[in-house]
Amino acid sequence: MMKLRVSSSPHQRITRDTGAVMRLVMYAAIPGLLAQAWFFGWGVLIQLVLAITICVASEALILTVRKKPVYFALTDYSAVLTGWLIAVSIPPLLPWWMTFIGCAFAIIVAKQLYGGLGFNLFNPAMVGYVVLLISFPAAMTQWTPTTSQNMIQPDFADALHIIFTGFTVSGHDIEQLRFTVDGTTSATPLDYVKTALTQGNTYSESLAHSTFSGGFFDAAGAGWGWVSLAYLAGGLVLLQQRVISWHIPMSLLGGVFVTSLILHMTNGDIFGSPLFHLLNGAVMIGAFFIATDPVSASTTPKGRIIFGAAIGFWVVIIRVFGGYPDALAFSVLILNMAVPLIDYYTQPRTYGHRAKRQSVEQK
Amino acid sequence: MSNLKDTLQTLSIEGLWKNNPALVQLLGLCPLLAVTATFINGLGLGLATLFVLVGANVTVSVVRQWVPNDIRIPVFVMIIAAYVTVIELLMNAFTYNLYLALGIFIPLIVTNCAIIGRAEAYASKQPPHLAAYDGFVMGLGFALVLMLLGGMREIFGAGTLFAGADRLFGDIASDWTIVVFQTDNPFLLAILPPGAFIGMGLIIALKNYIDSVYKSRVESESITKVERARVTAES
Repeated sequence: MMKLRVSSSPHQRITRDTGAVMRLVMYAAIPGLLAQAWFFGWGVLIQLVLAITICVASEALILTVRKKPVYFALTDYSAVLTGWLIAVSIPPLLPWWMTFIGCAFAIIVAKQLYGGLGFNLFNPAMVGYVVLLISFPAAMTQWTPTTSQNMIQPDFADALHIIFTGFTVSGHDIEQLRFTVDGTTSATPLDYVKTALTQGNTYSESLAHSTFSGGFFDAAGAGWGWVSLAYLAGGLVLLQQRVISWHIPMSLLGGVFVTSLILHMTNGDIFGSPLFHLLNGAVMIGAFFIATDPVSASTTPKGRIIFGAAIGFWVVIIRVFGGYPDALAFSVLILNMAVPLIDYYTQPRTYGHRAKRQSVEQK
Repeated sequence: MSNLKDTLQTLSIEGLWKNNPALVQLLGLCPLLAVTATFINGLGLGLATLFVLVGANVTVSVVRQWVPNDIRIPVFVMIIAAYVTVIELLMNAFTYNLYLALGIFIPLIVTNCAIIGRAEAYASKQPPHLAAYDGFVMGLGFALVLMLLGGMREIFGAGTLFAGADRLFGDIASDWTIVVFQTDNPFLLAILPPGAFIGMGLIIALKNYIDSVYKSRVESESITKVERARVTAES
């Protein structure tokens, strides 16, 4: 039985502060993180610690320079979450100084130079990721194969060594680690299909490669599909806890689904199926954990649906026709730019007022 | 004479700092952002712009009595275009590799608003010697920003400084390149156009910061002066 309170306004009480929300988001991302660590090794967790340390340190540094309360801003956990999102987006064995550049840029330029939490136009984690992607395109696409397919299994010491020195304890470099058991260099599922298509293979032929063996669907890359499902599960928890509203994730997934379905039906030989696009790459984590950033996303219900659907549309379009294998970060940044416009045209009608356009017409 | 000296000093401060075409007027951003991937490219385009700016300013100033007000802009543009053609042919002849590296941005000096801006705002109203000096300091202010931005982007992007100096200074400069750090992974962001925008923003921010520090220092000095004046008034 709900307890009814009789009191003067405000009647809606804030039950969670920013820090609590950010912590909940991170708890919900734990299944995805563990899945990633399971399939891609210790590197994921080392990058997590590294990225969070750098983000928090950069935030503290800039806050000190700006003479703002450091403790207050750090306990909202937004810098920790930014570091977390960067860490799970980058290849697990990326050299430490690249992680450093990405995290420092995200916090210092994309967040604090714009005025700190609440003022950043762009999603800081995605800015940091894109800076790294366009600066170091080769290193940023060097994903190692999933651990079950790895020819050389890097353990914790190996991962630590290669991140900080470029070589494992036994002297292997990143290129050697990328060899799979069948002797070919691995690529992410999205990257592999993109390359295979340019070499004249059809989409279904490229799915026969070992990159896709062991997935639970034909189209889901080994490991990648499970990581996506783990993020989906975490995302549903966020929805259930009402940390995020359903508008952005559902319209984003819908946008990806509809766009890829249309393309796949026009020519199934060169355009991947909707499942392929939904279960590979960053779509799941993006839909629930990245695009839902309350600061840089659209704020009106209608606007959020437009925002999410447009991101989904651009993800597929850039993946299929663009130069990069994945596109979630680019799509989020493009739509971040459109948010002021979207918000302007989707203002909800205030209770007791007529919609804006009607009142103008009557005058 | 002291009057002339004051004028020249004001012009220098205006061109190099207070009214710097790149940092304050934000004119000529297209070449500024496009060619400053290296220090030498910035220097090359800076020198070319400096030459055109001085030449155009002097010529505009000389003919200012005979140019009808209604068609002054086409006349100015043609004068500027003539100087740009001269510098383009000169660079083609003497610094061919730099000419290739700068490419379309040499002819595009014609459209650099800093030049027509100075012709319109200053040279068309002042005698030739002042116009020449104004062109010189404005061009110098522009070239310094080009070099600063180019050097910054080169160091952060490729880890070198003065790479390709032989393009501008000939074979004697072929070993002038300073390697600040060795890298297999150049920081492409600094070399690509976004790096130019970010670098430019940082330089403008730095200039504004210096200005604000200077201003607050001057203000605190003037406050102490006021206090002294009050003491003398009471006594």
